[in-house]
This record gives sequence, structure tokens and C-alpha cells, in this order.
Amino acid sequence: MAFEGLSDRLQSTIKKITGKGKVSEQDVKEMTREVRLALLEADVNFKVVKDLIKRIKERAVGQEVMESLTPGQQVIKVVKEELTDLMGGEQSKIAVADKSPTVIMMVGLQGAGKTTTTGKLANLLRKKHNRNPLLVACDVYRPAAIKQLETLGTQLNMPVFSMGTDANPVDIAGKAIEQAKEEHNDYVIIDTAGRLHVDHELMNELQQIKTTVRPDEIFLVVDAMTGQDAVNVAESFNEQLDISGVVLTKLDGDTRGGAALSIKAVTDKPIKFAGMGEKLDQLEAFHPERMASRILGMGDVLTLIEKAQTTVDEKQAKALEEKMRSMSFTFDDFLEQMGQVKKMGPLEDLLSMMPGAGKMKGLKNAQIDESQLTKVEAIIQSMTKKERQEPEIMNASRKKRIAKGSGTTVSQVNRLLKQFSEMKKMMKQMTNMQKGKKGKGMKFPFM
Amino acid sequence: MGFMDKLKNKFQQKDSEEVSAKYKEGMKKTRNSFSGKINDLIARYRKVDEDFFEELEEVLISADVGVTAVMDLIDELKMEVKRRNIKDTKEVKEVISEKLVEIYYGDDDEEIEVLNLQENELTVILVVGVNGVGKTTSIGKLAHQLKQEGNKVILAAGDTFRAGAIEQLEVWGERAGVDVIKQNAGSDPAAVIFDGIKAAKSRGADVLICDTAGRLQNKVNLMNELAKVKRVIEKEIPGAPHEVLLVLDATTGQNAMSQAKTFSEATNVSGIVLTKLDGTAKGGIVLAIRNELHIPVKFVGLGEQVNDLQVFDANAFVYGLFADLLEEDSE
Repeated sequence: MAFEGLSDRLQSTIKKITGKGKVSEQDVKEMTREVRLALLEADVNFKVVKDLIKRIKERAVGQEVMESLTPGQQVIKVVKEELTDLMGGEQSKIAVADKSPTVIMMVGLQGAGKTTTTGKLANLLRKKHNRNPLLVACDVYRPAAIKQLETLGTQLNMPVFSMGTDANPVDIAGKAIEQAKEEHNDYVIIDTAGRLHVDHELMNELQQIKTTVRPDEIFLVVDAMTGQDAVNVAESFNEQLDISGVVLTKLDGDTRGGAALSIKAVTDKPIKFAGMGEKLDQLEAFHPERMASRILGMGDVLTLIEKAQTTVDEKQAKALEEKMRSMSFTFDDFLEQMGQVKKMGPLEDLLSMMPGAGKMKGLKNAQIDESQLTKVEAIIQSMTKKERQEPEIMNASRKKRIAKGSGTTVSQVNRLLKQFSEMKKMMKQMTNMQKGKKGKGMKFPFM
Repeated sequence: MGFMDKLKNKFQQKDSEEVSAKYKEGMKKTRNSFSGKINDLIARYRKVDEDFFEELEEVLISADVGVTAVMDLIDELKMEVKRRNIKDTKEVKEVISEKLVEIYYGDDDEEIEVLNLQENELTVILVVGVNGVGKTTSIGKLAHQLKQEGNKVILAAGDTFRAGAIEQLEVWGERAGVDVIKQNAGSDPAAVIFDGIKAAKSRGADVLICDTAGRLQNKVNLMNELAKVKRVIEKEIPGAPHEVLLVLDATTGQNAMSQAKTFSEATNVSGIVLTKLDGTAKGGIVLAIRNELHIPVKFVGLGEQVNDLQVFDANAFVYGLFADLLEEDSE
């Protein structure tokens, strides 16, 4: 990952500043230097960074260091709090109009992901809020933009209103509302063409649409990878349209997403949703606090914890722990465990959420290939019940059969067996050791 | 003759007045916010001191030049200022521009900016990039341009994933008057490209441009898929693809470096198409990319019209960035 070096640097600075009761000015100076770099590297606008650093300095100097923290960590705590304050609380509510339909307008630059987000939002409205949205194709400029929305409509089995590319977007929007009333659609989502915030003519068109349909929400869709210019884009769109919220897209990439902070700082409008993938159900509520961590490059422990909580059944976890302790962990348990890990989402996501994951040996450039997981699964599923319970009985002919059954090779089967036995050994160590001691090079068979 | 004059002369020797006008117009906003800021900075500070450098650092960072590149640049500038014993901020202006151009050119030949077209043989161009940067649009413009130059061009609709992508390429194919090879949405992109090569060969095309689906560079599986597409091309035509163009959105920040690195690893990128430079975008990151990865910018997207794709002219780009400085100097 691109930012590993930076988060390492931050961590090492934290370590350097240790063993003092109070945060000194020098400590703060050293830390804020690194923090400033971290924020700039993350594409936070330099003006926003400047203000932030000033506030951090004022707040951090002279603070008592909490018992469990080092002065460096204490400063980071202040930084994180400041960032979180700036990002605001979580707000993923969507307005409901007094009189149906509720109208949502999607606006933004070209290629930000408006059309895809329109589809995702419609999906969310139906699934979570039990609504019945109408999608409106107002992008008459980009080739096949209407077709794109129509395809999404077919995939979602939702109506799409369009009038071809010759119609005026203002008329299309107006007519769509009429149709929604007739057909009893309680939400109307208007997909508009991407445009530059400095394009007066096209910005004017958006204002006209706004006047015509009187939207209850105007979402500005912004690419999370946007650089320093994010402030100008957000400021301009907000000034001209008075947006009600922001959707940050492509957050499943490896960008640190400093644009989020810049946008919030200049518009003071909430970032409501985050696009987390190309599939239509991958629109999530935006979590400001986690974003603060991500921008700083400190990992996203919160998300990890929460994800683990929701997917791992507690009873199962207890039983597993028991098994680990008694060394009766079998391939069946392993398969089950893998299933749970899978439920938590893409592995690379999980890893990137672990603070310091970049420092762990072997993890630094770990290219986690999910297809490896499928292979491991196939191998285990090709074993007989007995083989799964007692891998010791494995011999050459059994291995050959398993390899054949799973479409892998004997050496791959061997590797899994070896890793499994190592894992078992490691589990024993882990259960034996109490806190304070560190395990050596944990390695899962799918890495 | 000063550095700026040299640059200016070099630029004015270019016969294509129209191109320079386009660059100037397209990059107007970029220029205003960049050289304007440098001028403003120089006007406000008379002495070259720490504060001056700090603010200069911010100006450069605001152009998305990249933190590491900026830090290096500032360090070099400080040395240079000390060496030449420069005290006046006006003198430092020239050094700044000099260093910036140096970052872009590095030790590379200018040659690598030209599109690698095969003579009397099929040229295959693979176009890659993250989602929403403008791959399909750039392909449409490029096809138009190559056709105007007398080439027989065929497009392969390798983005079988995104809704409406195939139709989008078809519209561009119609506009440019070139054939589009496609399969149904959801089919294997490598198979579509394979069909494209077969068709290009049998129809005697000069250039085959292969579109691919946008993908974020940290998706291992999708990057593997891209590598496979490239292998299919290599297998069919030894030495191909002759160009792998990475399309970058000029509004992208530091992540552009990560994109350039990862896409290069998967497909050995030979050039960059910098799109949406007609916005307030700055695209400063291309300086760092060229400097670190030696990947040159080959085309620049300056608008939404079919002929708004310009062959990248480094001098014009630099001129575009510094036009105000140059003009002011000559007054």
C-alpha cells in the first residue's frame, strides 16, 4: 500500500516521544509536523490542514498525559478528536417529504459515480426503507448514460423515466415528477450529467432543475480520490445549489480519502454515504470517526471490531476457543472459521483495518487472493469425514484423490496440511501464553 | 538568455498556433491558480526566508504535485538559493520554474512522448485505468484522431462489466466512423479482445484500441484479469500491445501515484492520458509520476468534444502552467 511508509513514520514518532508526564511544546511540534505531512499525503486541502494543526497545537500543549498513553499517543488522541469533531457525527438519514414523492437530485463532476450511486441509493431505499423509487435519466450528454441507468433499472427491477437525448433535462425532471405522482412512486431520484463546477451554462441548468422539481435532497457525489481541488468543487456546488449532503464514492480503493475532510470543512454539509464497491448493495452509511482514522493512516479498529461482532456468533466462538485449547481443532472447524472470516468482507479490507498491519512481517505486501480461499475450501471439501477429523491418516493415495477432487495438485494439498498442523501448534502456544507475550509470525494458509 | 525566454522561444517555434491556444484556454484555470499564486507569493515576500519556503511548499502542494516531490524540490531550492546567494524573491522565481521542468524531464529523452505506431503492421493499444477517469471517452477521441490521420481503426469493447459501457463505446465508434467489436455484457473481456485482434487482422486495420473496465488498483483479482488480457494480446501478436495507456483523472490527488505504480506492475504502462484538464484540475502529480516511474504523459483531455484530445506537448504544458510568468516577464 502506498501510505505504509507514512503511517510507520507516524508510529515511530509516537514511540520516540515517551516517558513524560506532560505534553511539552517540543513534543507537539514534532508530532504536528508528521501529522501535517500525513494529512497532506492524504489529500486534505492545505488550508484545512493549516487550521487544524493550529487548533491541535493550542489544545495539546500542556495536557496531562493519560495513564495508559505515551505523550505521542496523547497528541494523536487530540488529533483524532479534532478530526472527528470536524467530520461531525454520523448522519445517514434521507429526507422524507411531507407530500410524496420525495425528490433527490444527484450532482457532481464527470466520472464521480453519480449513475452507479443513483442505482445503489434506489436499492437502499427499497431494501432498508421499503420505498418504491423512480429513477430519472437526465444525463442527455454522455453517450449511453441513459442506457446505463436503464440497465441498472432492469437489474433492480425498478422503473426508469427517460425521454431520450433530445429532450431538455429540465423538462425531463418535471415530467418525471408528474409520472411519479401518477404511478405512486414515493421517491424520485434524478441522475444528472456530470459537469465541471466552473461550467456556468451547465451549472445554470442544475439550478433550473432545482427550481422546477424542488428537491428534498441534493447529493453531491464526490470521488474519494480527489486531490486538493475537492474544496473548490464542493464549495462551488454548494454555493450554487445549496447541497444537502455528500456521497463519497470509490472508498473501497486504497486512497486515504482526505477529500472527505476538505469537503466537510468548507461546506459543513454531512457526508451521508460511502460507495464501497461496484455492486449495487455496496453503499454504506458514512462513519466520520472511522474516516478520521483512515485519513491519519492509523487503521480502522472500530470497523474491524464491529464487523467481527456482527458476524461471529458468540456461542460458536466460545466452542471454537474450547477446541483450540483442547487441541481438537479439525478441518471442519477450520472450514467454519473460514466461512466466518469471509462473511466479514474482503480480506484485504480486514487487513487494512488492522493498525500496524503494515508492519507485520509478511503482511506488508501481502497480496491476498480470495481465489486462494476458494481453493483451500475445495481441498477441505474433497476430504472424507475421517480425514477432516484426523489429518494424521493422510497418505499418498489419499492426497492424490483429494488433489484430483479439488482440482488442485498434491503439493498444494501438502502445503495446506503443513500449514494446518503449524496453525494447530500456534494455537497451542497462543492459548498457553498469557498476555504480554507475542506470538511469532502468524500465518494463515490462504496468504 | 534566461531560462524563461528559452522556454518561450522553444514554444513559439512550434508552428501549431491552434494547439497553443487550446492549451492556454484549457489550462486557464490551472494556470490562474498556480502561477498566479506563485506571483502573489513573490510579491508579498521580499526576502527569501523560511516563511517564504513554507508558503511556496503550500502552493506546490495545492497543485497536487505530491508531498514527497515538493519536499525534495524545496530542499533543492534551498541549496540552490544558498549556492547562488539569492536574497530577492524575484530571482528565485526562475529557479523554481527551472526545477519544476527538471522534475518532469529528468534524464529521459523527449522521444518517449510520441505514440508508438507500427508501420505497415497492426498497432494494438490497450487502455486501462480506475473507474470514471474517462477511458471510453478518451478512446473515442483517440480513434477519431487516428482515423483523421488516415488510419483504419477498430475498437474492442472490453468493458463488459459496467452497465452501458458497450453502448457508450458504440456511440463513440459511430461518431468517429470506426468499427466496434463487441460481445454481450458480462462476457470474458479477454475473449472480446481476442475477437478484436482477429477482426483487426482480417479487416486489415492499422490500429486496434482495446477498452477495459475501470478497476480500482487494489482489487487483486481484477488486476489479474487485466494482466490476462495483456497476455492474450501478447500471445496473438508478438510485441503487442505496442502501447498501454493509463488514463488518469487530473483532479485525482496522491492516489494517482499508486494507480500508476500498480497498473504498471500489471500491464507495463507506456504512457498516460491525463483527462479533465479543462477543469480547475491541476494534474501536478504527473510531474512526480514521470520523475519516479518514468512514465510520460502522451495525451491530454481538454474538453468534451471529439477533437478535444491533444497530443501531449511537454513544452506547451509547461508553458500553460507558466504562461502568466512568461508574459509578465516579456512586458
